Amino acid sequence: MSVLLLADHDNGALSPATARLVAAASELGAVDILVVAENPADIAAEAAKIAGVHKVITVVAPATAETITNSLENLAQRYRVVTASASSVGKDVIPRLAAKLDIQPVTDVVEILGPNRFVRPIYAGNALETVTDPQATHLLTFRASAFRPAALGNDAPIESSNLSVTSAAKFLAAHRTDSDTPDLATAQIVIGGGVSVGSAEGFQLIEKLGKTLGAAVGATRAAVDAGYAPNDWQIGQTGKIIAPDLYIAIGISGALQHLAGIQGAKKIFAINSDPEAPLVKIADVALIGDLFEIVPQLVAELERLGLKR
Amino acid sequence: MKILVAVKRVVDHNVRIRVRPDVTGVETTGVRMSMNPFCKHAVEAAVQLAEKGDVSEIVVVSIGPKQSNDVILTALAMGAHRGILVETDAALETLTIAKLLAKVVAEEQPDLILLGKQAVDDDSNHVGQMLAALTNRPQATFASEIVVKGAELEVTREVDYGRETIAVPLPAVVTADLRLNTPRNAALPMVMKARSKPLAVRPAAEFGVDLAPRLSIEKISPPAERVPGKKVGSVSDFAAAIASEVNEMEAL
Ligand SMILES: Cc1cc2nc3c(=O)[nH]c(=O)nc-3n(C[C@@H](O)[C@H](O)[C@H](O)COP(=O)(O)OP(=O)(O)OC[C@H]3O[C@@H](n4cnc5c(N)ncnc54)[C@H](O)[C@@H]3O)c2cc1C
Ligand SMILES: Cc1cc2nc3c(=O)[nH]c(=O)nc-3n(C[C@H](O)[C@H](O)[C@H](O)COP(=O)(O)OP(=O)(O)OC[C@H]3O[C@@H](n4cnc5c(N)ncnc54)[C@H](O)[C@@H]3O)c2cc1C
Repeated sequence: MSVLLLADHDNGALSPATARLVAAASELGAVDILVVAENPADIAAEAAKIAGVHKVITVVAPATAETITNSLENLAQRYRVVTASASSVGKDVIPRLAAKLDIQPVTDVVEILGPNRFVRPIYAGNALETVTDPQATHLLTFRASAFRPAALGNDAPIESSNLSVTSAAKFLAAHRTDSDTPDLATAQIVIGGGVSVGSAEGFQLIEKLGKTLGAAVGATRAAVDAGYAPNDWQIGQTGKIIAPDLYIAIGISGALQHLAGIQGAKKIFAINSDPEAPLVKIADVALIGDLFEIVPQLVAELERLGLKR
Repeated sequence: MKILVAVKRVVDHNVRIRVRPDVTGVETTGVRMSMNPFCKHAVEAAVQLAEKGDVSEIVVVSIGPKQSNDVILTALAMGAHRGILVETDAALETLTIAKLLAKVVAEEQPDLILLGKQAVDDDSNHVGQMLAALTNRPQATFASEIVVKGAELEVTREVDYGRETIAVPLPAVVTADLRLNTPRNAALPMVMKARSKPLAVRPAAEFGVDLAPRLSIEKISPPAERVPGKKVGSVSDFAAAIASEVNEMEAL
C-alpha cells in the first residue's frame, strides 16, 4: 500500500521543500506525488527527479482548495496514507479532505515513530503530543523543516489524469513579495529582524547581512504589523516554521509565539541591547549592544573573514 | 446577511504553559483562560461588517464546558447579538467540533460563517476547513481582508508566497488571521448589556453527533530544553563564532 503526497508549487516551480516531504512520506511507503496546476508539466518533471518517488500524477486545474481537495478525494481510496506539507496549501486542503472522507487528520507531524504513531507540537511548540492513529487511512501534514531532504537522480513516470474538478471560489490576484533571498522554510542560515529594526530601510541592513551569508531573511510579527517587512517573512506560531543550522535574531525579544517558529534551529545567535531578553537567555551566542552600530560592523567583519557565500 | 461566529475558550496566550509531570496533558487548573486571539479577530470582522450595514444578526457559538460562557459574553460585549453554548466537558477532536458546528449551521442557516484560523492551544488549524466541507461551502482561510461585493466576498489571504485575493460566493466560510483587524476592547456599558442578550445553553449530546475520539493521545511531553549559551564581548568575536558555525555546516 502506498502514500499519496500533494506537491506544493508556486509560480510554475516545485516547492524546494518537496524533497524533505518525500523523505518523510517514504518512511510510510512508496510515494506517488500529485501535482494540481494549470500547467503541471514542468513541476511534475522536477518532482519525478526526487529519489523515492514511484510515480507523479498530474491534474490540470487552477489550484484552489476545492480543486485540490476534489483531486485528492478522487485518488484517496487507492492509498493508505494521504499527505501534504504543513504549508498554507496543505493546511487549507487536508482538513477539508478529512471532513469529506470522515477521517480525523494528524497535522504538523515532526516525527514519525511508526506506521501509525506520530509526534506533533501543540501550544506553540511548548508541548509535544504523541498520537496513535488507528484509522484505516491516515491523513497527515508534515513540517518539512523537521526532515532531511531525499536525494535527486530519479526519473519516475508521469501520468496525466483526466479528472475534471471545479471550484466555487475563484482566484483573482497574487500579491507576491519580490525578493531573491533563499526560501525561509528550507534555508541553512536565517537572519531575523524585530520591530526595533525600526523601518523598511532598516530591514535593508538586515538583508545586506543576509546576502553576505547567503541567508534567508525573516521577521517578527511586530515588524510585519509595523509594515517594515512583508507578511511572508513572518516566523513563528502564525508564520513560518524554520529549522536552519544557524538562526541569527537581531533586535528580537523572544516572545513565546516567535520562539514557536525557531525551536528547530540547531544554533541560535542573538544581537540585542537588553541582556535580559528571553531570546538572549536561550541563545547559544549573544552580543549585547545596539543593532544599528553592530550590524554594519558585522557585515564588514564577515567580508574581511572572506565568509561571503 | 446573517453571520455565525465560532469562538473557543483557551489558555490565555500570555500564559507560559507547563506540561504535567505525568505527561497526560498541560496544566490548566488555576490557569488564566480567555477567548482564542484568532476568534477575537473573527468576532471583530463580523461586528465591523454589521457597522457597515447589511448584517441582520450575528450569532456566536462556542463548544466547551460551562465556563465557555465567558468567551460568548466577551463576543456579545463586542457587538454580537445572540449566543449559543454547546456544553460538554469532554475534550473533542476537531472533526467532532466541526460536526457539531455543522448541526448549528443547519439550524441557523447563516450566509457567512467566521472562525479563527487556528486555536492557540492545539494549533490544529482544521475546524473552518472541515466545516466548509461538511456544509458544502467554499472556504477562504487565513483572511487578512474581507470585502463584500453583492452576493460574493473578495477575501485576501495570507499565504506562503505573500498574499492572494480570491472571490467566494455566499454562503461561505472564512477563517481569520491576525492582520484582519484590531479587535476592540468592549466598554463597560457593553459588558453590562451583554448579560441581557440571549444565550442558549444546549448539551452536546442533544445534537446526535458521535463524540468519541478517533485518535489516542499516548502522552504530552515537554520539548527538549536548550542549554544556555555564552555572551561574547565584541563584534569580531561574534563574527568568528558565525564563521565557525558556517565552516561546520554540511553542504546541502
Ligand atoms: C483526552 C484528549 C483527547 C484529545 N484528542 C484530540 C485528538 O485526537 N486530536 C486533536 O486534534 N485534538 C484532540 N484533543 C484536543 C481537542 O480538545 C481540541 O480542542 C480540538 O481538537 C480543537 O482543536 P483546535 O482548537 O486546535 O481547532 P482549530 O482548528 O485550531 O480551531 C480553529 C477555529 O475553530 C473554531 N473552534 C475550535 N474549537 C471550537 C470550540 N470548541 N467551540 C467553538 N469554536 C471552535 C474557532 O473559531 C477556532 O478559532 C484532545 C484533548 C484531550 C484532552
Ligand atoms: C496569537 C498570537 C500569535 C502571534 N504570532 C506571532 C508569530 O508568528 N511570530 C512573531 O514573531 N510574533 C507573533 N506574535 C507576537 C509576539 O507575541 C510578539 O509581540 C512579537 O514577536 C514581538 O516582536 P519583536 O521581538 O520584534 O518586538 P519586541 O517584543 O518589542 O522586542 C524588541 C526587542 O528589540 C530589542 N531592541 C530594541 N532596540 C534595540 C537596538 N537598537 N539594538 C538591539 N536590540 C534592540 C529590545 O531589547 C527587545 O528585546 C503573536 C502574538 C499573538 C497574540
